[in-house]
Amino acid sequence: MSPPVAPPGWSRWLVPPAALSVHLSIGQAYAWSVFKPPLESALGLSGTQSALPFQLGIVMLGLSAAFGGTLVERKGPRWAMTVALLCFSSGFLLSALGASLEQYWLIVLGYGFVGGIGLGIGYISPVSTLIKWFPDRPGMATGIAIMGFGGGALIASPWSAQMLESFGGDSTGIALAFLVHGLSYAVFMLLGVLLVRVPRHAAGARGTARQAPTGPQVSANQALRTPQFWLLWIVLCMNVTAGIGILEKAAPMITDFFADTSTPVSVTAAAGFVALLSAANMAGRIGWSSTSDLIGRKNIYRLYLGVGALMYTLIALFGDSSKPLFILCALVILSFYGGGFATVPAYLRDLFGTYQVGAIHGRLLTAWSTAGVLGPLIVNWIADRQEEAGRHGASLYGLSFAIMIGLLVVGFVANELVRPVDPRHHVPAPKEAAHVERQQSESA
Amino acid sequence: MSSDSSQSPPSPDRRWLIALAWAWVGVPLAYGLYELVRKATQLFTG
Repeated sequence: MSPPVAPPGWSRWLVPPAALSVHLSIGQAYAWSVFKPPLESALGLSGTQSALPFQLGIVMLGLSAAFGGTLVERKGPRWAMTVALLCFSSGFLLSALGASLEQYWLIVLGYGFVGGIGLGIGYISPVSTLIKWFPDRPGMATGIAIMGFGGGALIASPWSAQMLESFGGDSTGIALAFLVHGLSYAVFMLLGVLLVRVPRHAAGARGTARQAPTGPQVSANQALRTPQFWLLWIVLCMNVTAGIGILEKAAPMITDFFADTSTPVSVTAAAGFVALLSAANMAGRIGWSSTSDLIGRKNIYRLYLGVGALMYTLIALFGDSSKPLFILCALVILSFYGGGFATVPAYLRDLFGTYQVGAIHGRLLTAWSTAGVLGPLIVNWIADRQEEAGRHGASLYGLSFAIMIGLLVVGFVANELVRPVDPRHHVPAPKEAAHVERQQSESA
Repeated sequence: MSSDSSQSPPSPDRRWLIALAWAWVGVPLAYGLYELVRKATQLFTG
């Protein structure tokens, strides 16, 4: 399948909805928890077992984004979106078969392994194309798509819950729900496959259609040899870890913080707090990422990491004395968490050019996988130990917050160390490459 | 700002396509946001 080139008059505003149709679908992964209780009662599973498909899916997301990135660059966005559609949809169909036969391993294989490949390839599929279409606003363009990943769970969570309520929570009802999910997402993602186009010339829009890409161009393999890649890896990992630190335990955290006060937080109110955090996460993806087009990528990460550390300090020092302050700081941290995800493709574009930015982004997502393990581990492990030591309320989280502040400072320093990539890593321009080749053949 | 690759505005047909494509993704997203707002208000009422 050759990359679909835009015909004359094709609007670049058709590309964000194409990207959104994929990201809104694969974002369903974060709503997996809806299926957990019915699966546990229908198939007699433990909580750990019912989390397996999601965990394997996230691992496969990281692996397929890291190892499939170069292939996505070579084959183009339509190929990548088709693979994502087939994998994500057939993952659900296999799970439907598994649920109807009461074979749980088929659900793990289908949703986790096959569907997980769809998550990774789908996540990186539109990034490079969007950056090429919007060279003037790469932050906004990738922010729209990556906001979709956050939005996917917002749609899937109530939708899946309603479906399970209608079909029933037994194995037949779950199988039917999986089947409807698989077919619906296939139709929904088809829009992306049909609409996505690469610009006629890589530089794309804004009157530069006949110009070659300018600025540094670095290949994915070469990017791994630069300190800039690893500094950004640290920046992303630290920022995500800090966000997950709150997200992971948001509901019990707000309840613990105000348990001993005159205004304790109910379970229902805590659920509202989690929903509000999701909104901040989503708003941060589009809002902060678009702002980075105006104030620059390095400055916006100074904000995420520096002000993020300040917000954690405020929660740690005064969080239990003021509910509005606690909520406000948590919302800001979560908006920075989302912003960090959405801004990183544009940061990569600034440093490494558009040449293989999708593949480089895919490899950088291993920082996400690492943070996904690190963040919950720190908060849960420390909270458990503090509880064992007889502590309660806000003091359960003091040490975790101190660690988060430290991690954000590490990320801040890493961001300060980012410099433009040394020209020796750049891919030679066509003329230059021919000259180098000629010189090499003459000297041979 | 030019909005397409050929330096000419999109044809009327394409404007419909743009509207349709944004509605395709916008309607489910609006539903998700509506449900989110409903749940988030529980923080202040629950």
